Amino acid sequence: MGIKALKPQTRSTIITYAIVIVAFFAVTVLDGMGFISNSLSGQLVPICAYVSLAVSLNLVVGVSGELSLGHAGFMSVGAFTGVVAAGCLTRMGVESEILLFVAAAVIGAVAAGIIGFLVGIPVMRLRGDYLAIVTLAFGEIIKNLLNNFYIGVDDAGLHFSMTDSSSLGMTQGAILINGPKGAVGIDKISTFALGILLVLITVAVVLNLMHSRDGRAIMAVRDNRIAAESVGINVTKYRLMAFTVASALAGAAGVLYAMNYSTITPSQFDFNQSILILVYVVLGGMGNISGSIVSAAFLTVLPEVLRPINNYRMLIYAVVLILVMVVPNTKIYQRLADAVRSKLRREPKVPVAAAEGGEADE
Amino acid sequence: MEVLANIINGASLGSVYAIIALGYTMVYGIAKMLNFAHGDVIMVGAYICFCAVSYLGLPALAGVLLSVVGCTVLGIVVERLAYKPLRNAPSLNVLITAIGVSYFLQNAALIIMGSDPKSFSSIIALPALQLFDGRLTISATAVITILACVIIMVALTLFTTKTKMGKAMRACSEDRDAAQLMGINVNSTISMVFAIGSGLAAIAGILMCSAYPTLMPTTGSMPGIKAFTAAVLGGIGSIPGAALGGVLLGIIEILARAYISTQLADAVVFAVLIVMLLIRPAGLLGKPVNEKV
Repeated sequence: MGIKALKPQTRSTIITYAIVIVAFFAVTVLDGMGFISNSLSGQLVPICAYVSLAVSLNLVVGVSGELSLGHAGFMSVGAFTGVVAAGCLTRMGVESEILLFVAAAVIGAVAAGIIGFLVGIPVMRLRGDYLAIVTLAFGEIIKNLLNNFYIGVDDAGLHFSMTDSSSLGMTQGAILINGPKGAVGIDKISTFALGILLVLITVAVVLNLMHSRDGRAIMAVRDNRIAAESVGINVTKYRLMAFTVASALAGAAGVLYAMNYSTITPSQFDFNQSILILVYVVLGGMGNISGSIVSAAFLTVLPEVLRPINNYRMLIYAVVLILVMVVPNTKIYQRLADAVRSKLRREPKVPVAAAEGGEADE
Repeated sequence: MEVLANIINGASLGSVYAIIALGYTMVYGIAKMLNFAHGDVIMVGAYICFCAVSYLGLPALAGVLLSVVGCTVLGIVVERLAYKPLRNAPSLNVLITAIGVSYFLQNAALIIMGSDPKSFSSIIALPALQLFDGRLTISATAVITILACVIIMVALTLFTTKTKMGKAMRACSEDRDAAQLMGINVNSTISMVFAIGSGLAAIAGILMCSAYPTLMPTTGSMPGIKAFTAAVLGGIGSIPGAALGGVLLGIIEILARAYISTQLADAVVFAVLIVMLLIRPAGLLGKPVNEKV
């Protein structure tokens, strides 16, 4: 049976998984042949983390239609909880790195999911730009609070303080989170394979949710909240569901990200980080999962590729960002696109606005 | 006395937020977009003034003028090149473009001026005000910042209510299509709003750097976010709301810094915003929008 005979939904699902798996093998083979530079191979785990983050944020922004500007906050909740969990487990004598990672990722995801749920309850009462600013505010609050967290572990168990590391009252053991200095001495247990696994799990969760009854309800709420409400869909429940699931997935991605570095600080997970993830989602296309994967990977690699022109790379990045958004809206591009489209398909011309579709605004 | 001094310092910081928030709120009102690059215009304004005064040796007032003109032009150019083609695009695309502009300005500043912080020498060289036999000292910068904010507010209110351009501006933000039918040139009105907002951002940048003299390429981003928060707090799209939101936010921030915790001040500010929005979802002075089915 050819791929064209499948339902469009199934086809796009298969393509999405295929992209990830093919990318994994391609990178592994290239790496084995020595084609991948050191700086790029150092980026492999962050790429996986960002892909997961983009896919999970797409669930909120694209599928559920809410603009969230605080995704990095949930990422950091996951990251720091995961680091603490891994620190405790190591102390308890767990040695298997895979086991440690899986436990940390699960605990990070659960913690971020719980925080996401709690944040979601007030946030989901608001709409549009007000919702956006409140998610931004929560992201900043999470960062600010984590900047004041001091957590250590010794034989007596966990110690927690919000003043400084000396008030933890520890004589031995290890300080896991040291306020603004962040988490130090993390075991670097993230690997590319684990990253790809997390990406696949994230994609599976999001795609399955999208194609389920609940997912259709979420999209119905996005497309027309009032109509959805009038056919008996519990609007708050479904918005909250998308937000919580996305937060939990972001938490797991945060663990993956954190476990790739020996040190992470709360200020890394600031507003700019949230924006970065949002850029991936918008560039990849709202509600388009494979688009998020490709754009997250591409935009994480782009600054690395531009590293030889170090000073100008972020400038070029900014210009690329602007051009990608502006060029499709210029008249010349639209005329060209129309010409190409009618040449290729010999179909009647469709207006560009209608062909793009997928706008999430109410 | 200490409380009073803190409140005045807060009002001064809040005035800076208010001036920045005016730019946010006017642009939002008319173009329905969150201009995230607005915070970086502040930084550009401060750099222009810094260069004019420190490198060219111009008098402070000339530096301010140069900076206002520079930012006004910058605002118009950015609007023409980056935002105008996206007039009918989904709002998120415009948001991403604004972020692109923000990155661009920050990195251009990084390349031109370097990453090391510049120490901005205050352009206000007046002695501090001593009240109650010297028990209360108010810096001249604080006084001038608050005065500037009041003057700008009054001028802007007069402008939007009395002049033809100002009325056109309000008409556009009320209903862009209807305004166009009435013969208002929407494009030039939007350009003008960007020009005014960016010019104000330059003033805000200079005033802010006079009070907090570290100038870096990222100087504008946090005040930008705070001012955006202030605009939403006051009810986005509302000019008096932006002023009220800005001043309130500044006072809350300084009081939280003095009496709760220096590190947690930002968290307190954002928490206040969240609580306010839950009580009044459209902001303090915003009009609740009724949904039509």
